[in-house]
Amino acid sequence: MLGRYLFRRACAAVITLFGVSVLIFLIARIIPGDPARIALGDTATLEQIAQFRKTLRLDDPLPVQYLTYMQGVIKGDLGISIYTGGAVLEDLQRTFPATLELVMVSAMLMIIIGIPLGTLAGRYRDSFIDNFTRLFSLIGVVTPGFVWAVFLLLVFAYWLEILPVTGRLSEGIPPPPHITGLFLIDSAFAGQWATFKDAFLHIIMPGISLSLASIGQTTRMTRANVGESYDRTYIEFARAYGFNEFRIAAKYALRPAMIPTLTILGLDIAIKFGGAFLIETVYAWPGMARYGVRVILHKDLNAIVGVVVIIGFFFVLINLIVDMIVAFVDPRIRLGSRAR
Amino acid sequence: MSELPLLEVRNLHLTFDLYEGKAHVLNGVDITIRNGERVGLVGESGCGKSIMARAILGLAARSNIEMSGEIRYHGANLFGLGPQAWRGLRGRKMSMIFQDPVAALNPVFTIEDQMIEVVRRGDKAKSRKEAIAIAIAALRQVAIDEPERVLASYPFQLSGGMNQRVIISMALVNEPELVFADEPGTSLDVTVQEQTLRLMTRLTKDVGAAVLLIAHNLGVVREFCERVYVMYAGMIVEEGPVKELFANPKHPYTQALFSAVPKLTGEGLPKSIDGMIPDYTHAPEGCRFHPRCPHVRPECLKPPPFVTVGPDHRARCILYTDAGAKEPAHV
Ligand SMILES: Nc1ncnc2c1ncn2[C@@H]1O[C@H](COP(=O)(O)OP(=O)(O)OP(=O)(O)O)[C@@H](O)[C@H]1O
Ligand SMILES: [Mg+2]
Repeated sequence: MLGRYLFRRACAAVITLFGVSVLIFLIARIIPGDPARIALGDTATLEQIAQFRKTLRLDDPLPVQYLTYMQGVIKGDLGISIYTGGAVLEDLQRTFPATLELVMVSAMLMIIIGIPLGTLAGRYRDSFIDNFTRLFSLIGVVTPGFVWAVFLLLVFAYWLEILPVTGRLSEGIPPPPHITGLFLIDSAFAGQWATFKDAFLHIIMPGISLSLASIGQTTRMTRANVGESYDRTYIEFARAYGFNEFRIAAKYALRPAMIPTLTILGLDIAIKFGGAFLIETVYAWPGMARYGVRVILHKDLNAIVGVVVIIGFFFVLINLIVDMIVAFVDPRIRLGSRAR
Repeated sequence: MSELPLLEVRNLHLTFDLYEGKAHVLNGVDITIRNGERVGLVGESGCGKSIMARAILGLAARSNIEMSGEIRYHGANLFGLGPQAWRGLRGRKMSMIFQDPVAALNPVFTIEDQMIEVVRRGDKAKSRKEAIAIAIAALRQVAIDEPERVLASYPFQLSGGMNQRVIISMALVNEPELVFADEPGTSLDVTVQEQTLRLMTRLTKDVGAAVLLIAHNLGVVREFCERVYVMYAGMIVEEGPVKELFANPKHPYTQALFSAVPKLTGEGLPKSIDGMIPDYTHAPEGCRFHPRCPHVRPECLKPPPFVTVGPDHRARCILYTDAGAKEPAHV
């Protein structure tokens, strides 16, 4: 039952990804601006441009272009980036881990702060802690991430000067050996604690900036759903049998409340790949999102498609993972019943 | 009278502080339950039966609820005991059987998870294994043939009747002294309800637990209880042994309640009494029933006396005092 459910979801995911790739391929080519002209600059002659368009095969009909592109993709070649001059695949391999690390740190903050805070607020509805939490999460939700980014930068890097301004590592600090590409993990593996500490200090502000909105969102969702749990008879039952209040909150109220919360949580994590565009720009974070901004400005077709498809892939992957977790948490899905 | 009762509720008041004002729901409730006694509590919907049970269990404490009076358990006032000690009674000395068993069980945990949690409250099991063994034995007690399968199931995989039995076994597994049954099984079909009550009666007798059975159905109380309290709008208006009270209902509300049910064993809620339960934010002075009472008189605006009207049988009504008896035209 569960297997079939997941298989269906996986098939849908593949189809979605395929659709995304076609769409972004077309959109990138339809929006105005000639990539060859942008790449070669104002001084280039028409002839040079025509020549360059030919090497990029931009004059082929769109379906032919797509097929050519897909032939490359199957061989693991995402084309050449006209912005960096290198292979798009290599660019992505270099920049993606930085973004992934940022997103993971931010997602962790969101989960370890948002869920307990929301549970507490849902348990003690309308108390002081609930009102405080609501205000805090509202501020988090309504303030865009880049505002936080600039604000934190001002406070902690310029005024207090306790956190580094930009980048992933300070100058002179050797990067850890490449294992996962995530500096925190790689440096911990290699036992390079100086690098670990430096990487950690660097990721604090971008990580927080990227997470505040989602912490607010998660807190609000969790509060609402835990609060709803608390109105249910099964909590009255747990109390009537003298279950420990902490176990009631953390187990009997939270688990059912997580089912509707998880889906939103997954979306929140996936959206971070987009949210990272501005955060990475503010902090000069050498990640894929920042790369994405540059290649869009340069109308670097292959790179745009590459970035978008990677983000799309993670969107789909995270949703798939969330679906699996929901199925695990909710026996009614796992065991294939919609009763009650 | 020499033996200390199991539970004595004395002059219990409970008020909700609502936006519309203070809803004075329980207005000086007195209830006594002795060891092993089966006591019924009847009254219209909204008259405060459930909230009273919850107050006794210690589940009513909220920021917007004020309570006063005494709840004495083995003579000790629970209000003076502190919430932790009160919680210590729940699941061990007191338990509750719910109206809707499916809603009472958590949908995302197996019966085993939930039952083990209850068994563990009893301090009899030292390991999960022992707890499971106790749970299995308890499920067999309620005539469940495949306890292992039931334990492994989620509530939604079982029928309502099966869930109800699970709850009954949970309520009794730690051999409590007092079981509250708030309209047990009325969300289920009639045969299952009937089954529930029989099972409950047999098992509470086995463990010697007292029962407070809250019911709409008067027939149920007559069949399963020894003594009965009649509640109207947060006041106990009449109490007595079931036989005596059913034969001689004295309080006009009790009489109305009885006449609203065609047969004592019949179904249906006593809804056809004229008028409605009062708005608790503006509850009537004196006897709260007086606006609906056919025998109403000016004295009813004063707090009515609790009058002995038969053996162990009392009614809170002016009609049975000397002053009331002088008036003509009653019953
Ligand atoms: N949380 C609450 N807030 C405000 N008022 C409440 C609350 N809970 C109960 N009440 C009020 O207390 C009164 C008694 O409710 P209760 O549930 O005890 O009635 P009941 O006798 O059990 O009725 P039923 O037979 O329908 O179960 C009702 O009028 C209800 O409006
Ligand atoms: Mg009720």
